[in-house]
Amino acid sequence: MKAVPQSAAPGGAAFMAGDYVVRIDGLKVHFPITSGIVIQHRIGAVRAVDGVSFDIRKGETLGLVGESGCGKSTTGRAILQLIKPTEGHVLYEGADLARLRGGALRRQRRKMQMIFQDPYASLNSRMTLADIVGEPLLVHKLRARNKRDERVRELLQLVGLNPNTLNRYPHEFSGGQRQRIGIARALAVEPNFIVCDEPISALDVSIRAQIINLLKELQGRFDLTYLFIAHDLSVVRHISDRVAVMYLGRIVELADNDKLYGEPMHPYTQALLSAVPIPDPEAEEQRRAVVLAGDVPSPADPPSGCHFHTRCPVAQEGLCDVQDPELREVRSDHWAACHLISADDYPHIRAGEREPDETALDGSTDDGAETDVSTGGVDW
Amino acid sequence: MEPPHLFDGPAEVRAEAADGMSDATLAWAADAPLISHRSTWQEVWLRFRKDKFALVGLGAIVILILVAVLAPWIAPHDPTTQFNDGLTAKGQPVGSSAKFLLGTDDLGRDLLSRLMYGARVSLLIGVLANGFALVLGVIFGLTAGYFRGWVETVIMRATDVMMAFPIFLFALALSAAINKPSIWIVILVIGIVYWTPMTRVIHGEVLSIREKEFVDAARLTGCTNRRILFRHILPHLVAPIIVYTSLGIATTILFEASLSFIGLGVQPPTPSWGQMISEGQAYYLAAPHLIIYPGLAIMVTVLAFNLVGDGLRDSFDPQQRRR
Repeated sequence: MKAVPQSAAPGGAAFMAGDYVVRIDGLKVHFPITSGIVIQHRIGAVRAVDGVSFDIRKGETLGLVGESGCGKSTTGRAILQLIKPTEGHVLYEGADLARLRGGALRRQRRKMQMIFQDPYASLNSRMTLADIVGEPLLVHKLRARNKRDERVRELLQLVGLNPNTLNRYPHEFSGGQRQRIGIARALAVEPNFIVCDEPISALDVSIRAQIINLLKELQGRFDLTYLFIAHDLSVVRHISDRVAVMYLGRIVELADNDKLYGEPMHPYTQALLSAVPIPDPEAEEQRRAVVLAGDVPSPADPPSGCHFHTRCPVAQEGLCDVQDPELREVRSDHWAACHLISADDYPHIRAGEREPDETALDGSTDDGAETDVSTGGVDW
Repeated sequence: MEPPHLFDGPAEVRAEAADGMSDATLAWAADAPLISHRSTWQEVWLRFRKDKFALVGLGAIVILILVAVLAPWIAPHDPTTQFNDGLTAKGQPVGSSAKFLLGTDDLGRDLLSRLMYGARVSLLIGVLANGFALVLGVIFGLTAGYFRGWVETVIMRATDVMMAFPIFLFALALSAAINKPSIWIVILVIGIVYWTPMTRVIHGEVLSIREKEFVDAARLTGCTNRRILFRHILPHLVAPIIVYTSLGIATTILFEASLSFIGLGVQPPTPSWGQMISEGQAYYLAAPHLIIYPGLAIMVTVLAFNLVGDGLRDSFDPQQRRR
């Protein structure tokens, strides 16, 4: 696929420059597949992220949803340069992070942070809270040595932890408390942009709300901008201002929370939303999930044209399988990448065209993004 | 419910959460005294000093070092003097007596004095050669495992070459090149031979640790590569390093004996424990004390280092249960 033209960056012209915190333009992350024992040669690439462009506006929470393996976490990591993008730009505070290295990169991304999915793996088990939360203060010289502990206590208190636990180790805390430690560490650098990479999916259901509320409260208090990556559609709806839907390394739809959930235009988004269970037994009984045929194609060999055409119930031969759909503004501030959306109409996927089978529903209860398990087949 | 140990403050605990949620699990006492921050080494010492076995080992090591350093002043005899009354009429070594506390060796020299002087060579080699191997192994292993790419290829293939090279041939070549046997050559040779397995072990461990999320977090925090390597990754390698090093100390002390046999290293009559064992082997039936006492000395040394090593390994791991 050719790089998405600059103009395709959503909102590129819709609002004034300076309104965004991070602008991602034509981001690609390809992981090479190599072969050979002594001399390795490249035989292909997994296109985890394949041309993604969007803006993250100041003070907003942008939700990023999609199935497992669609590239949403890779996108988050590539923005922070934890994975170097193969191609594309990440504009942040007047610099292209993708072009920076070493000390320049460290300084430039100081105010960017991440909250990790696994609160166990993301905290160094051999360091005390004072060292974990105080390290950013030390490496960026944000506080004098004798003021550091005071600041660590302040940060711990801010996320709702006992400030006197600074000599404790992560294993002495529960999952939710560990996630609070991770949040305190992220706040230590006084960030303005935080990537939340499925921050609650590893947590007990009973404490998810606490963490979400904490994130929301901190956002208001410190004027934070979030990129909230998740596969739980209802959580994303709760916390986000805008939502982007990813499929196989590309963004298929990006719109306001209300617009996306109220009137999804892309066939994939429609299928995805129809799979969300409704917490009302009677309504749930009536719900007909759109069950997509087939499996997600391999990102090492994505389909031609629209990546979704192999599973799309309304795909048109000669158009969708040939031409790449551009992410364009189909309605005011509503972006979608589908050929079939016109100025006055868009494809309606008829729910209930096929009987949703049991497995499909089971799959969707814990993972809203799981739209298809109907074939249950492995693509041999 | 929260385990009670999280409350460091007094009994009266006020529930208070950041966003006004009444959540007892996050409570702390507002008037609790402030706890100051302890450094990693303070933490390690706090745990280490609770380990009685490790303290015994540490004591033994201190005594061994004192004996080695003070040997000229506390040894009852000169270690190289052959006493006329040190052999029986038939030329056999004598057993324990008031003059020779541990008896004499096959040339009529005082065994206790030789053990005391032998501690100098053996401890020096055991500690320095292993320390040398450890430093090389850790630096190469960390570098290869963390930076990957061509650096990894060069270092790891070099280790393969070193491991395939015959040790004695290497030692002989080195001693021929330097042409002056000395304890420092022994330390050099042993260090160069022993860094390769250490490099392999560290390299393998680093490969898995560098992929952990806390390394990504450290990178985002703004840590330099050096800080990530030494502050975040190295502490997780303490267990394999200590296990490998405490094994190495015993092997090294004996290896020195083989090296002096081929004419490298300390030359007779200067005593070393390994050499005393290899000389005593010829008399193991007539005079078993010739190999028993140096054997015991090596055993005590190795045991002491192992106890301290175990204690250190546990002290570095905050999740280890305190004894």
